[in-house]
Amino acid sequence: MAEVIRIEALTKNYHTDAGEVCVLKGVDITIQSGEFVAIMGPSGSGKSTFMNILGCLDKATSGNYFLNETDTTTLDKDALASLRNHVIGFVFQGFNLLARKNLIDNVALPLVYAGIGAKERKVRALEVLKSVGLEAYATYLPNQISGGQQQRVAIARALINRPKLILADEPTGNLDTKTSQEIMDLFCKLNDQEKITIVLVTHEPDIAAYSKRLVNFVDGRIQHDGLTEHFQASLV
Amino acid sequence: MIFMMLQEAWSAMSANRLRTFLTMLGMVIGVGAVILMSSIGAGTQAKVKESIASMGSNLFIVLAGSMTSGGVRIGSGGVQTLKMNDASAIEELSSIKAAAPVVPGTAQLVYQSSNWNTQVSGTTPAFFEVRDWPSEEGSVFSDSDVRSATRVAVLGKTVATNLFGDESPVGKTIRIKNSPYIVLGVLASKGQSLDGRDQDDTVMVPITTAQTKLFGSQFKGVVRFIMVEAVSESVMDKAEEEMQVLLRENHKLRPNAEDDFTIRNLTALANTAAETTKAMSLMLAAIASISLLVGGIGIMNIMLVSVTERTREIGIRIAIGAKQRNILLQFLLEALMISIIGCLIGVCVGIGGAYGVGAFFPISVVITQSSIVISFLVATCVGVFFGFYPARKAANLEPIEALRYQ
Repeated sequence: MAEVIRIEALTKNYHTDAGEVCVLKGVDITIQSGEFVAIMGPSGSGKSTFMNILGCLDKATSGNYFLNETDTTTLDKDALASLRNHVIGFVFQGFNLLARKNLIDNVALPLVYAGIGAKERKVRALEVLKSVGLEAYATYLPNQISGGQQQRVAIARALINRPKLILADEPTGNLDTKTSQEIMDLFCKLNDQEKITIVLVTHEPDIAAYSKRLVNFVDGRIQHDGLTEHFQASLV
Repeated sequence: MIFMMLQEAWSAMSANRLRTFLTMLGMVIGVGAVILMSSIGAGTQAKVKESIASMGSNLFIVLAGSMTSGGVRIGSGGVQTLKMNDASAIEELSSIKAAAPVVPGTAQLVYQSSNWNTQVSGTTPAFFEVRDWPSEEGSVFSDSDVRSATRVAVLGKTVATNLFGDESPVGKTIRIKNSPYIVLGVLASKGQSLDGRDQDDTVMVPITTAQTKLFGSQFKGVVRFIMVEAVSESVMDKAEEEMQVLLRENHKLRPNAEDDFTIRNLTALANTAAETTKAMSLMLAAIASISLLVGGIGIMNIMLVSVTERTREIGIRIAIGAKQRNILLQFLLEALMISIIGCLIGVCVGIGGAYGVGAFFPISVVITQSSIVISFLVATCVGVFFGFYPARKAANLEPIEALRYQ
């Protein structure tokens, strides 16, 4: 199995009025292709910052981050944008769909920045909408469908450029239990059938239980990294 | 890609119609004002040019009298110092092409049941040459008419229309101050003079006829003024000097005496008038372009608000792979679209306004292509210039901060 993510001695400092704040204090982790990883940890433990760096939305202060065997620390903004476009699919807690655009246009948006023509965009957008079971709503606006449906549209958008890696930041945080289960089932299906690597941040053990590997952050360091079932057992 | 971005810009604009309209209004008013003002300027300039062209070229007018007479200053033409022989002497000068003495007056004209009060001037055939004023119908009078003081008349276009209507006046007899005159011809139309008089509202008769039969005069051979044409523009100064020397000599003025005549360079006066109107039209356009600038600032203002409002949207776009130049282009295109559409509407408003002004006010307007092209170019530049800063601000947003923005 090829490695998708390799991180070595990663640190992240923030400048604040109160002085230098060290959020990540040396993180080492390697994630292989096809893994399903849940990241947990109390708030302030640095897991969100870690996710932002994983997603190339933020840069590390020191250390190395290889994504898909590319050293991201040396890349410029445009190259990072291209990585986000082609290698990563994002799913956010707040869905982050564009309110003025219908579902097809929302789903097809990454293809616009990949420079793909209008015709192919439409075909592929319909295809992924169908795979999340929403092809009937193609021309609806985001506020005309339910939260669970909106999150499925966001997942469709993340999938459209056939990414290697899906990063999900509390994807079920705004959803009820039943809808959360549906979304997590969708992630499991993508992981099992499409072999897409999934990294997911959550603070709910129920959600983390869907994953195969669990990483627990405490105070800017990885405190536990292992199979999910072992960790769950240790909590009981 | 570019089509997609245009669509994007369009949908962003239509998302907030009232705001877009108000922003555009700045450009509409700016461009409209520039076009309207420059049309008025160009119209005025064209009218002045026309008047100057109708005046004849390299023209002097020599007026009788003026200056001091026993301590009392009398206006030009007030004293009868110019004579017929002054005109013929001026004509002999090498720098002079032609000189025409004129005796003006007013009289009542009658033809059958119509009558008309107008200016009747006695002059010589040289007048038609100096003023570059040919007859449109029939002919003008000849030197032999002047020599024998025949009762003939040449009518200006306005007079002909008023007395004869559609009828041809040539060969008809009209009565001027109750004496019969045969109409030899009708002059071509000259239109308005620089001071707005209708130059066609006039009648010309041989100068001798005017002096002896029409107005009478206490002194024989006295003329009110002489119209003089120099041979070329380059000898205008020389001609003026030569005429002054000649007239002083002819009038036997002592070296320390003041001139008893006045020479005016009409062409120079006309050129000054042309310069003035040019400056005026430039000033009008300059004032109007300030509103274009204000329109541009309005666009910048709204684009800045729009970038702030759409910070989250920009964050999403960056997160899913938009490069900086994509975002820059998106906002730049939006600003450009507002200014160009505003400009197009402004051009229509400006042209409409110019026609409106031309129709309802006694102002001539000329819509110039250059004013449309220039205001279009300026509007585009304004869109790019004032759109660039907000667009760059959007493109430089940090993705995480933009995504967190509420």
